Amino acid sequence: MEATFRPPRILPSGDSAITVEFSQHIDDAANQRVLALDRAMTATPIAGVTETVPTYRSLLVHYDPCQINFEALGEKLLALAKVPAPPNAKTRHWRVPVVYGGENGIDLEDVAKTLNTTPDAIVARHTAGDYRVAMIGFTPGWSYLSGLEKFLHVPRRQSPRILTPPGTISIGGVQTGIQCLAGPSGWHLIGRTPVQTYHLHRKPIFLLEPGDRITFFPIDEKSFAEQDKAAERGELVAELIAS
Amino acid sequence: MTRLIVTSIGPASSVQDGGRHGAQRYGLTPGGAMDRLALAAANTLLGNAPFAAAVEIGPFGAAFTAREGAVRVGLCGAARSADIAGQPAAFNASITIPEGETLTLGFAKAGAFSYLAIEGGISGEPMFGSLAVNARAGLGSPYPRPLQAGDELPAKAASGAPERRIELPQADTGPIRVLFGPQDDEFGDEAKQLFLDSEWKNSPTSDRMGYRLEGPVIKHLHGHNIVSDGTVDGSIQVPGSGAAIVLMPDRGTTGGYPKIATVISADLGRLAQTTAGTGFRFKAIGMAEAQAEAKKFAQLLRSLPDRLRDIDSLELNIEALHDANVAGHAVSAVDAETWQAAD
Repeated sequence: MEATFRPPRILPSGDSAITVEFSQHIDDAANQRVLALDRAMTATPIAGVTETVPTYRSLLVHYDPCQINFEALGEKLLALAKVPAPPNAKTRHWRVPVVYGGENGIDLEDVAKTLNTTPDAIVARHTAGDYRVAMIGFTPGWSYLSGLEKFLHVPRRQSPRILTPPGTISIGGVQTGIQCLAGPSGWHLIGRTPVQTYHLHRKPIFLLEPGDRITFFPIDEKSFAEQDKAAERGELVAELIAS
Repeated sequence: MTRLIVTSIGPASSVQDGGRHGAQRYGLTPGGAMDRLALAAANTLLGNAPFAAAVEIGPFGAAFTAREGAVRVGLCGAARSADIAGQPAAFNASITIPEGETLTLGFAKAGAFSYLAIEGGISGEPMFGSLAVNARAGLGSPYPRPLQAGDELPAKAASGAPERRIELPQADTGPIRVLFGPQDDEFGDEAKQLFLDSEWKNSPTSDRMGYRLEGPVIKHLHGHNIVSDGTVDGSIQVPGSGAAIVLMPDRGTTGGYPKIATVISADLGRLAQTTAGTGFRFKAIGMAEAQAEAKKFAQLLRSLPDRLRDIDSLELNIEALHDANVAGHAVSAVDAETWQAAD
């Protein structure tokens, strides 16, 4: 980390959590700093800190106010944010299969129309991307990816859908994502992956970590159906190509 | 095997404990009891760990029947009528349900959630160290969903220990205290003042994920979309509609709406007990005061065992226990010596 970086803002999230905010925008450099601080806190644990939650632009630090107070923890976090973080020893690269379009990606045609191109071109661009897990949040395993090329940026839907299928691959604004469980979403659904980023009866239960590299590759409906069954049995299905 | 059968139960009732911690970074919310003090008090009555799993009972009535043995339970939280075979049972007290008898609970009279703890706790298979139900994530044990009539909770046969009551401090009726932030700079002074000056009501659509509030529209300075960041229990989000939502234990771990303020941890249980339609206000306090309150709350939780009292209303309880003894075999009821002993 360069010393010239602006210090993060230390914001109170109630009496038992601090939001360490590096940026107010989606910004890869800020996300790197978030993940670096997160790693630094693992390497140098602070007494009283109970849990950290990295997001695009901030690190949420949960703590026990009976063990450390807001001012003391804020100072420690500022100091830690200045020190170069240990390099990420386990940047992993996953190849994730996706069946694009049709009933598995009901918005693919609309996205293509909005962007004045063809569904195939969208798939080609989406699979050419090199993404990083910027954060995992909202519901178990919902992985928000950074690195979506500008051409594919589409504003979120006016009205969110109440229920979208598990494994949905979608685009929302400047982000793309892997959703694990069925649930509400205001993003554009372009495909589905058989990969289960959260599976209770598999080790590991959570497949992805913030900071992991992701690329997608297309599969057909038949292999989707096969891999979906395999994933249900607890197989990873995603290919780990570097660690 | 001794067990407690859920004979009848309303919605919003589930097994809850202190929640599961450490996996928010993967999108898994901690969950856990809406009113931690009431959970801890109910468990303390039985000598259980304070945050052991118990049944969180929503606003409607419920009934529980002991099978293959008597089951000793503790009742705390939102007060409601309670009886076993026509004999009234006290709140903030333990009671033994004799074998084959049914504890019948009415609607919550004040508050929303009551806690029925079972002596020895509820046995189940913890996931991430917790039995708490999170239906969306498929988590919770013995059932990964809200409780239904017919469900069975494995229990320890009642120990026959003397029944106890617990003396809890008078509930604070003042405003719900908040700390501004983390995104209060997304709101102007006028919006913040309106937030503090207004009376708010809990909407009937509120649930364990969030308490949707009815009140004035709180306007944002720069629109309602922020880049998602982490949430806590008590985060007060203001979505595009301007209608504030307080995030509760089953919240999403991240959210994309500005958070004007956060309910202090000591007041969360009190807010959780606010029923739909009841008016309340918020009051902003400073960090030092909020953290002093958090320490006081921790101290109160630690003091719970010291707040246990013998049940001194002898006659009523001899009667209740006598009935129990007639119906089943649970405790040596008529012999006061055996249940008055402990200390």
